[in-house]
Amino acid sequence: MSLASETIASLRSKLQRKEITSSDILADLTARIGETNPALKAYLSVDDASAKDEASRARTELPLGGIPIAFKDNINVEGQPCTCGSRILAENYRAPYDATVTKSLRAAGAIPHGRLNLDEFAMGSSTENSAFGPTLNPWDHTRAPGGSSGGSAAAVAADIAIAALGSDTGGSIRQPAAFCGCVGLKPTYGRVSRYGLVAFASSLDQIGPITKTVEDAAILLNHLCGRDPRDSTSLDVPVPDFTAAIGRDIKGLRIGLPKEYFVDGIHAGIRSAVDAAVKQLESLGAHIEEISLPHTDIGIATYYIIAPAEASANLARFDGVRYGHRSKNASDLLDHYISTRGEGFGPEVKRRILLGTYVLSSGYYDAYYVKAQKARTLIRDDFTKAFEKVDIILSPTSPVPPFRFGAHGDDPLGMYLADAFTIPVNLAGLPGISVPCGFIVEDGKQLPVGLQLIGQPLDESNLLRVAHAYEQSTSWHRQKPAVQ
Amino acid sequence: MSQHHIDIHRIATLARLKLTEDEAVRYSGQLDHILNYVSALDAHDLSNVEPTAHAMPVFDVVRNDESASSFTSAQALDNAPKKSQGQFQMPRVVEE
Repeated sequence: MSLASETIASLRSKLQRKEITSSDILADLTARIGETNPALKAYLSVDDASAKDEASRARTELPLGGIPIAFKDNINVEGQPCTCGSRILAENYRAPYDATVTKSLRAAGAIPHGRLNLDEFAMGSSTENSAFGPTLNPWDHTRAPGGSSGGSAAAVAADIAIAALGSDTGGSIRQPAAFCGCVGLKPTYGRVSRYGLVAFASSLDQIGPITKTVEDAAILLNHLCGRDPRDSTSLDVPVPDFTAAIGRDIKGLRIGLPKEYFVDGIHAGIRSAVDAAVKQLESLGAHIEEISLPHTDIGIATYYIIAPAEASANLARFDGVRYGHRSKNASDLLDHYISTRGEGFGPEVKRRILLGTYVLSSGYYDAYYVKAQKARTLIRDDFTKAFEKVDIILSPTSPVPPFRFGAHGDDPLGMYLADAFTIPVNLAGLPGISVPCGFIVEDGKQLPVGLQLIGQPLDESNLLRVAHAYEQSTSWHRQKPAVQ
Repeated sequence: MSQHHIDIHRIATLARLKLTEDEAVRYSGQLDHILNYVSALDAHDLSNVEPTAHAMPVFDVVRNDESASSFTSAQALDNAPKKSQGQFQMPRVVEE
């Protein structure tokens, strides 16, 4: 079996027993990427030379020593491209520094290897908004891998990455993990430094792992968290050893099912997979009870004010002066700005910048932005109240299975509505994880279903504990897509 | 906030985005549609609710005022699409 199919945990023990070297892993990965990526289009670029060099010097005594990790192409790795899936950063941009997560992974011995496709500036749920074309879902090449971290999830699912980093603003780690059949964890807001992650919506963005198993997510998370003086929103709180939660039973743990999430409109196959997962957790000793999150209905409206508003401010930096595309046809300064940005940004990014600019513009700020910030309080309070009764909240990750390319055509709102279960978690700053919980069959193809677990702030340990107990009592995570 | 029709050309100028006429028509319709959807918030009485800018309670974070090394000007200019004499180059804004 190719080493590319293995997990961080299994490669770690083989490396420590000196059965394999880091260069062996990289050779197997490179071979599989060469076979699979031309069709799948998960990687935008692969830095083989620098990774080979690092692998030859790998310090396997370190916790991630010699393990190659792939990066979503909006996280800076010094000297590598960081296109954000955008034409505006496609020409010659090289990251001038390492993101804080890149630095900490390197310090733990990991080797950055390859840059993964995404919706432009992480705006989207399918990778169809990438300026470089979509990544295909490894389970069915006619369908989207989810997004925005679709390249990360597809690469992990197709065994062309050992593990990957993604970023999650409204579900962008969890939804593609669900669509591709892998594990995706969004940490508590502030757990992980955002320094070096190209900002989309600063009050919502978090970096997190996309992995083959829950244990691997815990291992990676151990090396992502911590206070960073370069991100004023990063939290100065103790970071536990998340792997200590792995393997603990869940007897007596209280799991809440929000009644507002279990409504009509969920695909029947997803509903029955999630219902079966609930029974499974109950058989493992968890107490299941119904809870209410009464403001669920305003989650998407709130998000589609706050996220575009913050995006319109963050993306003002792309002005063709310091980096990125610069229009060659500008007649004067204003024309320089509007032409550079008009040529550089794709349709979804333009749409969100326009929406954000509108809701922040004079006369509308209170009516939209402040109102959304207040609505956010209601959504957060819903969760706070629910967590007085339960330890973990459970839902489907997505109400719909992986959709066909073009399914949302010219209907951006239709695409936004599919994020109803993941968005409130970002608005409330909570940790969330998606784990495989079954398959549905459409047109003769198996398509993965994801189970979302939501934890209390900073309680990633319990989240991983439940996710791991569930995962180990099923075999969903061991199923792999056939190479197409 | 209900039923506002977005003045797409004004907003595009504020956002520093050049749009084709096709784009202006398409985005205008889509944004009106989205704005009508987000007016769902009007159904809730929010007058006595405190706004949340940030989900976790972190306020007034400052670092010590100490000098530290940073980018050199050469590094800062590395990605510049147009530079001259150690500076970013821009279209002329002052007439001679």
